[in-house]
Amino acid sequence: MTEFIQQVINGLSLGSIYALIALGYTMVYGILRLINFAHGEVFMVGAYAGYYAASAFGIDAYERGGRAFPLVLAVAVLLLAMAAAAALGTTIELLAYRPVRKAPRLTPLITAIGVSLFLQNAGMLVFGPNPRRYPPILKEVPFEIGGVIVTNIKVTIFVVALALMTALRFFVLGTWTGRAMRAVSIHPDAARLMGIDVDRTIRACFAIGSALAAAGGILFGLDQIMINPLMGVLTGLKAFVAAVLGGIGSIPGAVLGGVLIGLAEQLTAGYLSPDYRDAITFVILILVLMLKPEGLLGVVKQEKV
Amino acid sequence: MSLLALERVNKRFGGLRALGDVSFVLESGQIFGLIGPNGAGKTTLFNVVTGVYRPDTGRVVFDGEDISGLRPAAVAARGIARTFQNIRLFRSLTVEENVMVAGHHMQQASLIGAVFRTQSHAKDELALRTRAHELLQIMGLSAFAGDVAGSLPYGSQRRLEIARALMLKPKLILLDEPAAGMNSQEADELKRQIRFLRDELKLSVLLVEHNMSVVMGVCDRIHVVDHGETIAEGTPEEVRRHPRVLAAYLGKESGESGRPARSSEA
Repeated sequence: MTEFIQQVINGLSLGSIYALIALGYTMVYGILRLINFAHGEVFMVGAYAGYYAASAFGIDAYERGGRAFPLVLAVAVLLLAMAAAAALGTTIELLAYRPVRKAPRLTPLITAIGVSLFLQNAGMLVFGPNPRRYPPILKEVPFEIGGVIVTNIKVTIFVVALALMTALRFFVLGTWTGRAMRAVSIHPDAARLMGIDVDRTIRACFAIGSALAAAGGILFGLDQIMINPLMGVLTGLKAFVAAVLGGIGSIPGAVLGGVLIGLAEQLTAGYLSPDYRDAITFVILILVLMLKPEGLLGVVKQEKV
Repeated sequence: MSLLALERVNKRFGGLRALGDVSFVLESGQIFGLIGPNGAGKTTLFNVVTGVYRPDTGRVVFDGEDISGLRPAAVAARGIARTFQNIRLFRSLTVEENVMVAGHHMQQASLIGAVFRTQSHAKDELALRTRAHELLQIMGLSAFAGDVAGSLPYGSQRRLEIARALMLKPKLILLDEPAAGMNSQEADELKRQIRFLRDELKLSVLLVEHNMSVVMGVCDRIHVVDHGETIAEGTPEEVRRHPRVLAAYLGKESGESGRPARSSEA
């Protein structure tokens, strides 16, 4: 039983990272009907932005001196990385997606794959192809509750992800821009005629999704210790499956899908074999596409006449 | 005073001439009807006025300014709002949210303000909500404020589109077949509401409508198009007697058809 609880705790923390990334996929899909395959790379760049920000704040000196990195600086690292990713996401939108927005749907999709490959290779060029050890923005402190070992990092991942997702919920439901996002996702043309700046709304959508991915990148670095320029490929793909599982376009669906994928992966690794931990995600994808292609919380889109 | 003037507007789609040299002047405070058979170019004209299409030649002058070729958001900002022939509400938003979403111009706080839920953002939200409720009351929709827009009956959805358009604080409102799908009782209520727009809110109205009881009942002036060309313009009385209108719009044997326009209404 303690073994099971242990796996569930690890799965929840991993799943909340997937959920943060999945939100970006689902928000962009909801508003543009575009699968932003470059989103995994935004997640990667976010992790690296956190890496460099922590270095700039002198994390090496803290580590050598055996002192903990101040919490204020850790929060600053998080916010800087989120801002950098938001800038990257909106730039991608402006340079790559906006020119092909009115093209047939396949065109932006291929463009997205191109941006993704470009950023992977640019990442290897700029950051170097070798994996790097992620700096200990948070010093790991394990503690035991009834035989289950929890670390402060797992708890932090869960809490930070939950806080960001709650903030997103209030943003989308309770603010003008959030309302505009929902309106644009239903009728872009009508929204434009109602005085909504559709371009700005789409930009806000990319900025928020990218910032969440960066937060996911830092949490991922904290959790997995190592980062590399291709880390966005598999993790991005898993987060995409999470969005599809929850029902792409649905924000609560992305959160649910992320948590379920995290749990499935961790339980598979624990009880079946660690070899299958990556495969299970795609088994789930195939099952969803066969049995419930609209996803758990998705709605079947009625074709407009 | 002229509020909206079309000056020899032309619009082609490939070989089809959707609008050919259409000109008219809509005076401030008028309810101006635009009628014509299906495919006459009425919706194209709406799209030209609201910036969805750019006219090939000719000008659209609104409030003394040439607005031809401006983008839809810019046209909306200058005070032209519209409803749609095929209803385009934000179906999964609530009735109240549908109206609030058109209140961009009332927005003071920045995006940052919205993220951190500052006081000015809260004030904006309150002002938006208050205004939305006033408009819902005018259109008789107060009771449904919290309902999901897609769940409203058809006639109420059409009225909600008008409430949403009013949120833009327009000087001119374009109504594209607002009475479509309404029964005669609902249409009578609509007529009262359209007059209210003119008399109480001091708006000008450009109305496209097939329901002749509504058109003849509320319009100050009517412009008739067929195959993209103007065939007549005048008061409802003049238009309903105009021979080319009878021929083109009502069919040559108009006396036999018993169409609504021949009824003694209005």
